[in-house]
Amino acid sequence: MFRPPERLKPGYDVVIIGAGGHGLAAAYYLARAHGITDVCVLEKGYIGGGNTSRNTTIIRSNYLTPEGVAFYDESVRLWQDLAQEFDLNLFYSTRGHYTLAHTDSALRTMRWRAEVNKHLGVESEVVDAKAVHEAIPMMDITCGGHAPVLGALFHKPGAIARHDAVAWGYGRGADQRGVEIHQQTEVLGIEVKGGKVAGVSTSRGRIATNKVLCAVAGSTPRLTEMVGISTPIYIHPLQAMVSEPIKPWLDPIIVSGSLHVYVSQSARGELVMGASLDPYELHSTRATFDFVEGLAAHMLDLFPFLSRVNVNRQWAGMADMTPDFAPIMGKTPVEGFYLDAGWGTWGFKATPVCGKTMSYTVANDANHPLIEGFNLSRFENYRLTGEKGAASVGH
Amino acid sequence: MKIMICPVNGPRPVSEFFYWGEVREMPDPGAATDAEWAHYVFDRNGAPGVKREWWYHTPSGVWFIAERDTIKDEVVRTYLWSGGAR
Repeated sequence: MFRPPERLKPGYDVVIIGAGGHGLAAAYYLARAHGITDVCVLEKGYIGGGNTSRNTTIIRSNYLTPEGVAFYDESVRLWQDLAQEFDLNLFYSTRGHYTLAHTDSALRTMRWRAEVNKHLGVESEVVDAKAVHEAIPMMDITCGGHAPVLGALFHKPGAIARHDAVAWGYGRGADQRGVEIHQQTEVLGIEVKGGKVAGVSTSRGRIATNKVLCAVAGSTPRLTEMVGISTPIYIHPLQAMVSEPIKPWLDPIIVSGSLHVYVSQSARGELVMGASLDPYELHSTRATFDFVEGLAAHMLDLFPFLSRVNVNRQWAGMADMTPDFAPIMGKTPVEGFYLDAGWGTWGFKATPVCGKTMSYTVANDANHPLIEGFNLSRFENYRLTGEKGAASVGH
Repeated sequence: MKIMICPVNGPRPVSEFFYWGEVREMPDPGAATDAEWAHYVFDRNGAPGVKREWWYHTPSGVWFIAERDTIKDEVVRTYLWSGGAR
């Protein structure tokens, strides 16, 4: 599927760090939309081995801020054509997405989100408990009597996709257009001279370049430290798990913020389940039994009949969190150093639009209009982009 | 890391504790520039390493300092704060 380039060239027009979905999408659009093909993607592990393959694959655009809604809506539009564009089956499956409200305050936030969404042309509406019951008759709408569902935010375009294939599709498309993808190549340092990027030192030698795009999720603070930039990013693990494959019974995606559950059923029949962040900072992808125990208990509140279903696997990713739950994208105080970071627990759905906007930003050395609300400088200006109310669960 | 060591109550399950982030020096609010103050309010040392952090033992109400390795997920040592009122 990819050419394995033998050695690094002495220099490239653009170096992208991180061969996950975001880095490869940026490489793809740099080549396809901007004609920049002297590009090298560096990856210390393997293609799509980080958070690209560690998320729960949910795609939606029912965010809270106008900046967020416009951005994620563009992403959903791009997603819908990707399989055709790549000639690769991404198993993109539109399911509808229900965010359950168990409290009045949750309903209030959902009404707010629905109105912002509708204003910007995104299909999103608040539905009552009866409609939820009719859509998902297998769910115990009372949650055992202790957390009755009062209603839900229903988002029709909510979808899931096969995450590995997204990285492969973008990677193959970039590769075919001349981009070099170097796996098992770790970045050891970034040279900055006079406030400008001059090169990158790697485990396989030095590269001269004036443009570096950093798309490394949970490793972002290690790289920003190399160029001397401070950011608000902090790392917590985010865990997930899947059940054994069972007959198809769950069509929509179900999220409960109060119960800290999100779940969908994959094309293979597995229930893909996630919950909230681990409670303390950690740079590790270790998994814990506490997580399985807590998430399983809440799953059974919603779906008591699953009590005999086995959990097959669990895993973790390193989530690069920000204080306002919006990403940090675009130019930085170091000339030629571009960030696509702060993707916390919400990065997978944004893969296509990140590639599109970051490639524009790198090619033109100017932030794409869609990412203006996500610049690093928003913190020193106290102009945050508060998306916490649109996070799947309370983290 | 399944066990945290409270300096008062000894080893206890980590679920009894609350994590409150790295120990940070507050700049003088009267003297700090806007940029220095924003740096204090928002920026974090997100890189891995051995960090000095505030932790709280919820059942007994004890605040203390833990030195913790954020790659190995191991507690190096814990002790009560002795730096005066903050």
